[in-house]
Amino acid sequence: MGMLVNLRDWIDARFPMTKMWDEHLAKYYAPKNFNFWYFFGSLALMVLVIQIISGIFLTMNYKPDATQAFASVEYIMRDVDWGWLIRYIHSTGASAFFIVVYLHMFRGLLYGSYRGPRELIWLFGMMIFLALMAEAFFGYLLPWGQMSYWGAQVIISLFGAIPVIGDDLSLWIRGDYVISDVTLNRFFALHVIAVPLVLIALVVMHILALHEVGSNNPDGVEIKKHKDENGIPLDGIPFHPYYSVKDIVGVVVFLMFFSIVIFFVPEGGGYFLEKPNFEPANPLKTPEHIAPVWYFTPYYAMLRAVTIDIGPFTAKFLGVVVMGGAVVILFFLPWLDKSPAKSIRYRGPIYKTMLTLFVIAFAVLGWLGTQAPTDTKTMMAQIGTVVYFAFFLGMPIYSRIDKTKPVPDRVTG
Amino acid sequence: MSGDGVDTSKRRFLTAAATVVGGIGAVYTAVPFLASWMPSERAKAAGAPVEADISKLETGQMIRVQWRGKPVWVLKRSKEMMEALPTLNPRLRDPESLEPQQPEYAQNELRSIKPEILVAVGICTHLGCSPSFVPEAAPQPYDPEWKGGFFCPCHGSRFDLAGRVFQGVPAPLNLEVPPHKYISNTLILVGDDTGAA
Repeated sequence: MGMLVNLRDWIDARFPMTKMWDEHLAKYYAPKNFNFWYFFGSLALMVLVIQIISGIFLTMNYKPDATQAFASVEYIMRDVDWGWLIRYIHSTGASAFFIVVYLHMFRGLLYGSYRGPRELIWLFGMMIFLALMAEAFFGYLLPWGQMSYWGAQVIISLFGAIPVIGDDLSLWIRGDYVISDVTLNRFFALHVIAVPLVLIALVVMHILALHEVGSNNPDGVEIKKHKDENGIPLDGIPFHPYYSVKDIVGVVVFLMFFSIVIFFVPEGGGYFLEKPNFEPANPLKTPEHIAPVWYFTPYYAMLRAVTIDIGPFTAKFLGVVVMGGAVVILFFLPWLDKSPAKSIRYRGPIYKTMLTLFVIAFAVLGWLGTQAPTDTKTMMAQIGTVVYFAFFLGMPIYSRIDKTKPVPDRVTG
Repeated sequence: MSGDGVDTSKRRFLTAAATVVGGIGAVYTAVPFLASWMPSERAKAAGAPVEADISKLETGQMIRVQWRGKPVWVLKRSKEMMEALPTLNPRLRDPESLEPQQPEYAQNELRSIKPEILVAVGICTHLGCSPSFVPEAAPQPYDPEWKGGFFCPCHGSRFDLAGRVFQGVPAPLNLEVPPHKYISNTLILVGDDTGAA
């Protein structure tokens, strides 16, 4: 025991090990009233680790070459010992990542976690969301199936809608006149090294910013306002062991669901791994029905919803603007919300209605994005798009006039 | 001049100058890396014309050849198909093919050199999917008055059998007609029209 203490002191004199442990775990005081919604941050971190480890092992057998990529994935699935498991962990992990992150973001909407002084946490989080979308997009090309190929073709063509520089920009991204081996090779580099490095850096900044200002909570009140004589928030409890143990419960439940998918429905009914992707990429033929993976479909539905030209702008360009705007507008959330209350618990009926409509619109758009376009469905997508944007653009007005309840001084337990 | 004898304004100037010079250097260093993403010399060279043999092409049938990695359709249209085309004009975005989506010799009613043979790049002008060939003149879920044409499964864009885009769909332009010429009566060269009419 004495030797271990000596070793710890030896390290602490040379590296801030105990200091970091205390700052971020043992003496990081989090509000005592965290509920179910607070599982998803730590789960997202765990899924990131799962993706990195499974991804590293996939690169050991995968070949980023247009003539070999598809076959190398099949080789992993059939011939490499346990290769199928590693691959399914990685493909299921991608969907799990988005499920967890969407729920984590929804928690922010519920309790106003994006509000001051946590604007930077929200902005770092949004950048993580963007990086995650890029990571998922680059990764989806790698199996070189039909969906990989045509999905990438559509997304890269989006850049072509930008006036003047669009065509050259999409040429630059592809590195060829069509999606080819060159594109595959660079997407591999971006997927396995460039974007993951950015992601990890952003996650570190997200957590550092969080630990600087302290966590929000389901009441949306600042626990740092009431401290005891030692400067410890009265409503705070140390993250370790209280929340580290609580999060382990979340991890166990999550891994149960995760394992059920991996072992019994690894393709997720065609939503996690799409059926046309079991066919090698064919540049001459688009699959009959093409849709992105489920986590992109709400934005995809908005892209398709725009069918009219306005003045000099084509529907194609406007569709891309709407799709990009739907993501960008999220960045401005901290400054759009003018409500005196942060948490849904003390907000008025207008915000509750708008949030409900927003969630319904997001889910319906997500479903529409998986469907083939018809007139009715396009109209539904147009309504959904209007609701989506109304939630944000109307917020400065409705959050101000909404009838809120008095916010308590301390957390209510 | 501050009290301890350090000329801070001089120091600030030198810091700013070093930052600017270093910044310019960094921008120049980025150029080779960014430029390495442009198509390589090998990719640029691989755009050779391809031949399409239409000697066995039946009326109403379509074949696909690959040119610059893209699908090129060669379709032999029937008389009924060609007669239906002018009736669609009011429903099209660019019925006269005014946008430069075709060589001059294909800027005509049927957008082709030989009336019955359509040669077009099978890539939707919206976001680059390859539309499906739906030749039957029968009501479709997306158009009850369908006279035959191309339907893009990705975003629902529709084109007639001359590759002309309909109104009210996301695609902004007619399908591209590539440069091509007839080497013989039954052999088309796609990608090269030198010496052609």
